Parts: sequence; C-alpha cells; structure tokens
Amino acid sequence: MKRREFNFRFASIAGLWAGIASGLIPVSALARWPTAAFDTETTEDAANALFGGSEMIETDAITFKTPDIAENGRVVPVNINVGLNNIEEVALMVPENPAPLVSTFVMSNQSNVAVGTRIKMGKTSPLVAVVKADGKVYTATSKEIKVTIGGCGG
Amino acid sequence: MAIKCKAKMKDGMVEVKALMKHAMETGLRKNSKTGEPIPAHHITEVVCMHNSSELFRCNMGPAISKNPYLSFTVSGPNVGDTLQLSYVDNMGETDSGEAVVK
Repeated sequence: MKRREFNFRFASIAGLWAGIASGLIPVSALARWPTAAFDTETTEDAANALFGGSEMIETDAITFKTPDIAENGRVVPVNINVGLNNIEEVALMVPENPAPLVSTFVMSNQSNVAVGTRIKMGKTSPLVAVVKADGKVYTATSKEIKVTIGGCGG
Repeated sequence: MAIKCKAKMKDGMVEVKALMKHAMETGLRKNSKTGEPIPAHHITEVVCMHNSSELFRCNMGPAISKNPYLSFTVSGPNVGDTLQLSYVDNMGETDSGEAVVK
C-alpha cells in the first residue's frame, strides 16, 4: 500500500470512529455507506462490492451529458439520464481516478430518473454508470472527457 | 450554512436541485508548506425526506467536487409538499435544508 493511500484510509477511519464515539453519526447511516465499494481500485471491483457480482448488461437506456473537454478536473459537471423502470441504485464511476467510485444514488423503484452533480477527475477518462433496476444490473460507458488539469491533488 | 435547495414539478416528476457548502477534502492533498497530508473530510450521505420517508439518498465519495451540487428527479411528492434535505460527513458534521415543491 502506498503511503498516501495509507494516510487517506487512516484519516477516514479515524474520522469515522471519532464520529461514533461522540454519538454524532447514527450507526444506521454508517452501515449504509458502502465503504468497501469506495475503497476499490477498479470499476469491476466497485460494481461487485455494490451489486454482488451480478452479470452486467450493456444498455443504451443510460445516457450521459458531459463536456468534451474539462479544463479544470476539480469541477466537471455531469448528468446521467436513466430510462429504465424500477431503478433502485445508480452508481457513477471514473475508471481513471485513484478510487473509481464517485457516488451512488439510491432510490425506491423510480423510473426514468435524471441525476446530475459535479465531480473531480484526475485525468482524461470516460464515465461508467452501473444501474440496478428491476433486479438486473445494467451498465453504460460515456464518451471520453478530456481533462487538461487534474483535480485529485497529490 | 443551510443547504440551498429548490424543487420544481416538471412533467409529473419533481426536479430537486441542491447546493451544499463543504470543503470535500480527498485526503490525497498535502499542505504545501509543511508537506503534511490534509485529512479526508467529505460528505458521505445526502438524504431527501418526504413525509418522514426516505425518497432519495446519495452516497458521496471524496471525488465529488468542493461545494457539492446535486440534482435529481423523483416521482411522488405533489406541488406544495415540503422536502427535507440533510447531509452527514465522515467527521459526523451535519447540515440540512428544506424546499417546497413549486
């Protein structure tokens, strides 16, 4: 394990324990945050940690709205539209980031959802979305986003 | 330092937009003077509640940008309903905000 990774993990764990000790984080909230998935280094591992290794189906129903060139990797606006039914969870990943999983969006059986946020990208990469809907796991990859200044620090 | 949020009915779905104030430290950066790593400090969970049931939740990692912006669509709430948003970060700090569906 690289030193900076160790520091990163140690800091997050220490922070979490401090939160529990002072009673600030409800235990239920902690149990729900998928720590294992956020710690993985490949998109496959992250998807397996989230969705238990179900077979992933490529689909056109997931569409992305992303910039072609992100001048500043610290703030890259992204939008994802998911045209599926009974969506339970949408996971957003950047394969080239040190930890590919950016965030997951959890909902109760929604259809045709759109989510948008602003993300950090270390270098040029496409986006990968993995969606659990109707008991199946779907995936799609966006076109490449060219990053000229990385936004992961270090 | 409340969460700024808006909720708008559009084609039968409620579109929620939220803006939070948070440093979102990844834990990978170093203090340029001392070389000490800056500890990770980022939001882990944003929850949207409607009539005391959870409508939407976002698990955030450190790769979400500083001062996170989040938009999402949900079906269920009607015009005039109030939605509550709240976040918790990895150090246990929380914040919240409210929006009435327009």
